[in-house]
Amino acid sequence: MAKFAKKKEGDLPAVSTASLPDIVFMLLFFFMTVTTMKDSSLLVENQLPNANQIKKLEKKDRVIYIYVGKPTREYVSVFGEEPKIQLNDKFANVDEVGSYILAERAKKPQELQNVLTTALKVDRGANMGLIMDIKQELRKVNALKVNYTTYEGDAFNNLQ
Amino acid sequence: MPRRKGAPEVNAGSMADIAFLLLIFFLVTTTIETDAGLDRMLPPIEPPDTDVVIKQKNIFTVNINKNGQLLVEEQLMSLEDLKEAAMDFLDNGGAPSGSPEYCNYCKGSRDASSSDNPQKAIISLKNDRETKYSTYITVQNELVGAYNELRNREAQRLYRRDFTEMEAEYLNPETPSSVRDELKDKVKAVQELFPQKLSEAETSSN
Repeated sequence: MAKFAKKKEGDLPAVSTASLPDIVFMLLFFFMTVTTMKDSSLLVENQLPNANQIKKLEKKDRVIYIYVGKPTREYVSVFGEEPKIQLNDKFANVDEVGSYILAERAKKPQELQNVLTTALKVDRGANMGLIMDIKQELRKVNALKVNYTTYEGDAFNNLQ
Repeated sequence: MPRRKGAPEVNAGSMADIAFLLLIFFLVTTTIETDAGLDRMLPPIEPPDTDVVIKQKNIFTVNINKNGQLLVEEQLMSLEDLKEAAMDFLDNGGAPSGSPEYCNYCKGSRDASSSDNPQKAIISLKNDRETKYSTYITVQNELVGAYNELRNREAQRLYRRDFTEMEAEYLNPETPSSVRDELKDKVKAVQELFPQKLSEAETSSN
């Protein structure tokens, strides 16, 4: 009997998994290099509009983020449906934008304080009234360089 | 007692599990996006000391109402035609030849009732408080596109390269500084041919 079992060729040899860690480590390093850490979780809906004449925001340490949009589902009951501003990890009013910018600016090293950009990440459903108020606040604290963050794509898709 | 040959082999079978764990951690906590968008400068809040008189023909007015309709130079216009109209206005070069304001690189219609030259031409954008942000971005995109297309044309003529491509290379921190210094002059030169003068008035509330 043992003789027959030995002769049998149907059994496939086990695939060697010795190189699996290498492959996974390769993937790991790939993701570590091409991605960046999330700095704050979103409390607002943030479906950005599309544009095609865009420039990349190259240096992340020179950017201050302002999020605007409708509160996400779990916050609708508390904050309502109207678009709100999110600064860092909490909701804010328009008049807090100025002090937020100044505080963020003070945190940056001296040599970067004059080259900061404010990235406005605004949901496509927001109204311009709120944006105009934010822009007015930014002008008051002399943060004049803004970037309307968008996705790359055909701008006419925004209109549907 | 027999001596073993060398140290015993460590079992590396769980290495894959550890690596997977790390991989999943990075997948969850990071984002792949690099941010990109439309760069704009806001006007300083203190008004200029001297009042500048601008001729009406050098201003290209764009109004967006709350329904997302465009009123360009007092006429209703669809968004698709905006870029073309803005380019015609910027590239017009209406100043007569021989005058100091004459624009020798403009290829427009040289209509005396439109802008004198690109340095003088100003686009004034006005929007309603209830205008949708997406419409506003589309309009901004079209206007920036008009400038970029004209700048590309001039950059092609002078340096045989696209302006947008030169600018992206100039702004990229990985470009060696010798290349950047060279590009800086070119980028500046083209920007001066078509300076981006996009003024945004305060929103109207009605």
